[in-house]
Amino acid sequence: MALFTVSGIRIAGMAACVPLQKLANIDYEWINERERKMFIKTVGISERRVAPPEHTTSDWCFASAQKLIDQLGWQPADIGLIVFVSQSPDYFVPATCMTLHKRLGLPQTTMAFDINLGCSGWVYAMSVVSSLMKSCGINKALVMAGDKSTMSMSYKDKSTYPLFGDGGTATALCLDPNAAPMVFNMQSDGNRHQAIIIPHGATRTPVNETTYQELEYAPGVIRHQRHLALDGMAVFNFSINEVPINIKETAEAAGKQLNDYDFVVLHQANKLMTEQIRRKLSLSVEQVPYSIGEFGNTSSASIPLTIVYKARQAVSTGKPWLLMSGFGVGLSWATLSAQFDHIVCPELIEM
Amino acid sequence: MTDTAEEFVSKLEIEFDDFEPGTITPETKYREMEEWSSMHALIVIAFINAEYNVTLNGEDLRNTETLLDIYNITKSKLN
Repeated sequence: MALFTVSGIRIAGMAACVPLQKLANIDYEWINERERKMFIKTVGISERRVAPPEHTTSDWCFASAQKLIDQLGWQPADIGLIVFVSQSPDYFVPATCMTLHKRLGLPQTTMAFDINLGCSGWVYAMSVVSSLMKSCGINKALVMAGDKSTMSMSYKDKSTYPLFGDGGTATALCLDPNAAPMVFNMQSDGNRHQAIIIPHGATRTPVNETTYQELEYAPGVIRHQRHLALDGMAVFNFSINEVPINIKETAEAAGKQLNDYDFVVLHQANKLMTEQIRRKLSLSVEQVPYSIGEFGNTSSASIPLTIVYKARQAVSTGKPWLLMSGFGVGLSWATLSAQFDHIVCPELIEM
Repeated sequence: MTDTAEEFVSKLEIEFDDFEPGTITPETKYREMEEWSSMHALIVIAFINAEYNVTLNGEDLRNTETLLDIYNITKSKLN
């Protein structure tokens, strides 16, 4: 069971960056106006940020990391580890952490690698990075997480197109013997790997003559094999049934009650889904902040983006406790219990 | 479950929140309703999960035609 505690690591800062361009779902003409209004009310996504072709996830992560490093007063030479977590890399080869390593001006003594995960990715990267820092004595590290999801959506697929937004984030961690322990609870289920999938274009099924043939899977659901396919009902059931258990176990392992947490930050996928989780856990409305209305599902950026957007004052001026849970593509799900102690948290960056 | 099919449907109607009261009955063939969308299916699943602690999957729903069918399958999963 991957339920464990990492002590002596402090979250020093957090920053997030989104594209400037907004797309409003009320203008999504592929579906009728009634359905658009129903979608906005039920799923909770009014608008999303959409990247221009020339921007990538690493651009938003770089902007976030650079601002964080400046405000923290860190020197590039001090950073011993960076991890980029995303499913929209700059290239197939090399890993995107390398372009970030160059742009941040980091030394050859920095350890750098990518993690390929989506909705659960930020929590996964936090567990890997904090554990490595602790076991290897690395003083300072950065987790950079996000996705350019919109480029993988079919406009003619109402089950995916209005859901996703783009963005990238950076989280700074440092060794601190006085930091409150972090508790992680990490889970996976590969049996359900087809629930969220881009079927073609990598090595299992390279692009072939059928890849770009559009097929209609249901009314209003037309896409090709390089588009993201989402089994919404399966993911919905997974989320409302498995995630509350994982969250409860995490709080219990941290020796806390759920109402001890100032914020419970849930991955922003679908408001009907997260409200169901909130009610199952008897959490108050005030405990569960949202960024989904303005940014949609931003994949691994969603937890740090929500904190920057909705809890910035609290995490930068006080010592709140947060429970943060990412869940989705994989299927993969994970929760982190941590205290934020006067972190550096610049305002949301737009570019 | 103690709810009758009528009670089940009137609770669902409250959850949907966008139908005129009395529009749906146990006999309603829900997919034939002009207003029906995939969001309504998610609302059904969320409601049944919260109210009766029963999980309906996509296949369960595919096998139903009326709201009474959904009521019956929910009831059968309770036992």
